[in-house]
Amino acid sequence: MTVTTLRRLTGDEKHAPSAHSTLDVLRVLYERVLRITPETADAPDRDRFLLSKGHGPAAYYAVLADRGFIPEDWLDRMGQWNSPLGTHPDRVLIPGVEAGTGSLGHGLGLAVGVALGLRAQGYTETRTFVLLGDAELDEGSNHEAIAYAAALPLPLTAIVIDNHSATHGWPGGIPARFPGWTLSLVDGHDHDAIERGLLVRTGKPHLIVADVESKWS
Amino acid sequence: MRETFVATTTALLDEDPRTALVLADISADVFDPALRRHPDRALNVGIREQLMIGVGGGLALTGMRPYLHSYAPFLVDRAYEQIKLDLGHQDTGAVLVSIGASYDSAASGYTHHSPGDVALLDTLEGWTVQVPGHRDEVPAMLREAARHDDRVYIRLGLQENTQAYRDGGKLRVIKRGGPLVLAVGPMLDPVLAATRDMDVTVAYTNTPRPLDVEGLRLLAEGEVIVVEPYLAGTSARLVGEALNDRPHRALHLGVGRAEVRDYGTWEDHAREHGLDAGGLRRSIGAFLGGGA
Repeated sequence: MTVTTLRRLTGDEKHAPSAHSTLDVLRVLYERVLRITPETADAPDRDRFLLSKGHGPAAYYAVLADRGFIPEDWLDRMGQWNSPLGTHPDRVLIPGVEAGTGSLGHGLGLAVGVALGLRAQGYTETRTFVLLGDAELDEGSNHEAIAYAAALPLPLTAIVIDNHSATHGWPGGIPARFPGWTLSLVDGHDHDAIERGLLVRTGKPHLIVADVESKWS
Repeated sequence: MRETFVATTTALLDEDPRTALVLADISADVFDPALRRHPDRALNVGIREQLMIGVGGGLALTGMRPYLHSYAPFLVDRAYEQIKLDLGHQDTGAVLVSIGASYDSAASGYTHHSPGDVALLDTLEGWTVQVPGHRDEVPAMLREAARHDDRVYIRLGLQENTQAYRDGGKLRVIKRGGPLVLAVGPMLDPVLAATRDMDVTVAYTNTPRPLDVEGLRLLAEGEVIVVEPYLAGTSARLVGEALNDRPHRALHLGVGRAEVRDYGTWEDHAREHGLDAGGLRRSIGAFLGGGA
């Protein structure tokens, strides 16, 4: 269903590889893990998902449409004038979107703040997830958040879609950039493996590296 | 002013569970009791100013009211994109409280100066900017900011006027006479000293954003002089727009654009930028044609 929906989206071909690489993780999140529905989209104790990798949000929009957060006919006009769907998501315009992103390196810091705010208000069962790209990790702001989350420690879950697109790669591997985090390495298309990773709760920040085909292959 | 800020914000943390404080190491020592008493919402992220703003944005997304604090060059200049996107673009707010603006950290050199902080925020939508001229004006600003979710910048300085004006949110007339001289925050005392025998109206505000356009239009005749403790001309656009239906001349005084590669004290830098009483007297006198 979501794949069919995704095909409706046009107008952002440049970011198609980025958008499609996230599809399976997003489906598992919304279909199996996140405690959120269109009816509870504003509930204070809802689970939070932030798409830090805001460029190429086609898969995100397709999943939101499939889950009933937005009408499917919105998908036909992505990026056009008078459309709520840009080629980067805007939380003010789109129901169910927790953070407006696009400029890379902002989602993880915001997610740390969200998780802290939820904890301070006693929402101990509410979970915070944030999805990043491996190339996005080049932004230094991420590393401020990675180190602070580990130091606290703060139980939030970051998923890095690894389509091997970081300009200089990551010597030592992506997990080496997340000291103090617990780790799941998964096939980014294997729904059961993704689900197992997403359900891990260790009391520490948790990293899921979801490996997918190379962006440049 | 910094002590007043610490005392009031600590009290707000005690009184209102919605209040949060996020530091980036600066002032962590003086906030230590608050950090210990409220470890869930009084936070020191370390020397990570981008994260400080991001965390503030995230806290605000959950309904909390974050106060974020550091030296102005790190709080505003360094984290500008986070201010733009993690607060403004998310349509959330926070209370940014700076110390060390313009040249308060004179001996530290230009790396610790921020004359352009208000100009940077002027590129963004919806910021209230407050520049207290006296420490007793600070508590009401902090407490008022706790009552809503908008974006507020409070700029604390070492330079203070001898008298507090708690009603300085709008233009407040201090001295009546001829052409208007508008003094922002701690510029009031040097402006009064500079114009003591001049036939001018002196008005004061500690809230340059939003600018009291109505008050400005009531007081301004053909000549207007604006004296601000940050980058000269920061308010020029707003003043021009406010008075664009009447012929007028305007002089905008403030911190110069050229980097002053010297140290000393804030008084030394004020003198260098022509913002001491003598420098202001020369500039205002020349503009009004009477000399000094």
